[in-house]
Amino acid sequence: MLGKTAGGLFWLSRFLERSENTARLVEAGFRMALTRAASGEDEWASVLTTVGCRDAYLARHETVTPHNAVDYLLRDKTNPMSVYSVMRMARDNARATRTALTREVWEAVNDGWMLLQDMLKRPVPQTELPVVLSSIRQQGAVVRGALQGTMLRNDIFDFSGMGSLIERADNTARILDVKYYVLLPTGAPVGSSLDNVQWEMILRSASAERSFHWLNPGNANPKAIAEFLILDARMPRSLAFCYDGLISCLTHLEKDYGDRRPSHDLAARLEAGLTGRSIDDILNSGLHEFIREFLRDNAAIASQIETDYRFYE
Amino acid sequence: MGEKPAFFDEMRHPEGSARQPYAQYCEWVESVETNDLRKKSREAEKFFRRTGITFNVYGGKEADERLIPFDLVPRIIDGREWRLLARGIEQRVKAINSFLHDIYHRQEILKAGRIPEHLISQNAAFLPQMIGVTPPGGVYTHIVGTDLVRTGADEFFVLEDNARTPSGVSYMLENRETMLKMFPELFSRIKVQPVGNYPTLLRRSLSKCAPTHCVGRPTVAVLTPGLHNSAYFEHAFLADQMGAELVEGHDLRVVDGRVAMRTTQGYQPVDVLYRRIDDDYIDPLNFNRDSLLGVPGIMDVYRAGGITLANAPGTGIADDKAIYSYMPEIVEFYTGQAAILKNVPTYRCSQPDTLKYVLEHLDELVVKEVHGSGGYGMLVGPAASKRELAAFRAKLEANPSNYIAQPTLALSTVPVLTRAGLAPRHVDLRPYVLVSPDSIDITPGGLTRVAMKAGSLVVNSSQGGGTKDTWVLEE
Repeated sequence: MLGKTAGGLFWLSRFLERSENTARLVEAGFRMALTRAASGEDEWASVLTTVGCRDAYLARHETVTPHNAVDYLLRDKTNPMSVYSVMRMARDNARATRTALTREVWEAVNDGWMLLQDMLKRPVPQTELPVVLSSIRQQGAVVRGALQGTMLRNDIFDFSGMGSLIERADNTARILDVKYYVLLPTGAPVGSSLDNVQWEMILRSASAERSFHWLNPGNANPKAIAEFLILDARMPRSLAFCYDGLISCLTHLEKDYGDRRPSHDLAARLEAGLTGRSIDDILNSGLHEFIREFLRDNAAIASQIETDYRFYE
Repeated sequence: MGEKPAFFDEMRHPEGSARQPYAQYCEWVESVETNDLRKKSREAEKFFRRTGITFNVYGGKEADERLIPFDLVPRIIDGREWRLLARGIEQRVKAINSFLHDIYHRQEILKAGRIPEHLISQNAAFLPQMIGVTPPGGVYTHIVGTDLVRTGADEFFVLEDNARTPSGVSYMLENRETMLKMFPELFSRIKVQPVGNYPTLLRRSLSKCAPTHCVGRPTVAVLTPGLHNSAYFEHAFLADQMGAELVEGHDLRVVDGRVAMRTTQGYQPVDVLYRRIDDDYIDPLNFNRDSLLGVPGIMDVYRAGGITLANAPGTGIADDKAIYSYMPEIVEFYTGQAAILKNVPTYRCSQPDTLKYVLEHLDELVVKEVHGSGGYGMLVGPAASKRELAAFRAKLEANPSNYIAQPTLALSTVPVLTRAGLAPRHVDLRPYVLVSPDSIDITPGGLTRVAMKAGSLVVNSSQGGGTKDTWVLEE
């Protein structure tokens, strides 16, 4: 396969994952703003930070208002992180890698893009926001379904898989990075109701609220949440799940190509750090430091993959 | 205003009855509601958009992706008519390949005085780098798109021989796909010759032209200028259908005397490159230095026989509009027979007497740039305003040898679906020809281009033209 094509597939999947993640964060922020007494300004600021565009937002708008924040996150063409921009790049990458995609996958991406262009033509009024957000999520699910259901399990699938997993790990770690203080152990035996809302927000941002409550009925506590999102490999957005999957893609590639590349060793080391540790261990040596380090390593592994498989000249 | 039908309508005789090839279609179309046809037309458009069958327009503000209008009334040719056309095309394509070999080797045709020498030596389409080079398998034009127009029941003319990189074949294939989806009942009733194996034939034909050192299955790649090129969809489509890699210049480089592509497992050699970029841009070391699209040094590998380029560099000398007027001589010189397909009479403006005639009859003629294509830089006299005529006159006088002129042909019409029902529009036809060392394959039919504006004779998609599915009936 061409290095350029591998890169296109990797980034196609990253962008698709990113658009869904941003939509999910907006959804969680929106819900938070509805359930809280306060204006929700802080929540929107933290969503902007998680997406990584708070400074750019503040360069354009003086204050954080729900309306402006939502508009900036969904529609703003000058914001490279907006759902609109990200989907545009996803579709460009799909066009560039069309020879590697099934007709079903291409059409799912193209349909999604056409629908999105239509929905985001004008500012989205609050009343329509839930519909728009859920339809963005649905489009993501359609693409994923087409990928799962129609693509050959070869190196194409591995590059695409690695893109989603790297992006997803990054997203979950960012959510934790912004909200880590909510999860720090406190002296209080029971969380305040404000804590409860914050915890809920974190779980929702990772689509993890249902599964968490199945496993921990009536027992939300910060340690269990942190453990769930970092170490529970059953949870498809946890860091452990992402690295488990990444290692399996790299192992496929190793078999397929007959050699092991440096990114594989880096990823294996990071994965060992996840499976070999307990949550107490992580909390004792500092949750925030742990997450910061993870984000750095994850980015380094992504760029090592780009080098190892010759995405660029 | 006279009411006599000035144009040959391919569907109906002047008194209204259906011509033979259209008999069954007309029976069917009369039995369906126009509104149902309109619905199908909208469905077809949706299908094209979903599939991403779009082209980019140059000069637009943003990189505009547009659909080429598709009309769902097929253009129908009967099997006997087609056999004659195919014979004429085959003859012409053989002659073109012999001509190219001759022109880059012994130049017998010049020595025989059949073509003036300056027309070759002073022609920008003639590549000195190709002198003495024989392409693998001896094939110059692997893919040809011969543009034909019709003016009467038995009158066909060749308008242009596209011997460089003819485009549009993806539309031929997708138009048929769309028609099969929209009107399955028609295809069970009317026996139409299939076109769907074109990509397989293309792959086979290209593979047969691989360099001699190549053992086993040759590696074929399609070279595209990139995502923003107007025909990008087609490049991706053909690569996909052939199971070939789609590469850009920066994916390729010369490694150990071979052209190789950068893969996830290092550089791997390419045997056959179906390049969809012009000669000028293919190699910055040998041609245009500023080209970012090409591969430095590829021409040296080519000359040493290390790679097949399709089409060969320098084939433009055969479809140059000034050479075109000599095609009847060229066909006769190399095949020993008179040309089966007629040329459109062509005035060479480089000759002073002819220039005078052309200037005097500008409002009746079609004037084209010798190296132009895509309907750009062209004057359709009868449709031009006084101001346009005056402006063109000045251009002609300033550089006469840059132009040729032809009588305005009464192009045949086929109906299209309009708001007011079916109405006639002018069409042309581009059949696609594949050439390998031991075969010439002509796909039955080709791409019918249609001027969507009433009365317009310009069918180019860049000028608002549309396309139709083309049916050649089983005999």
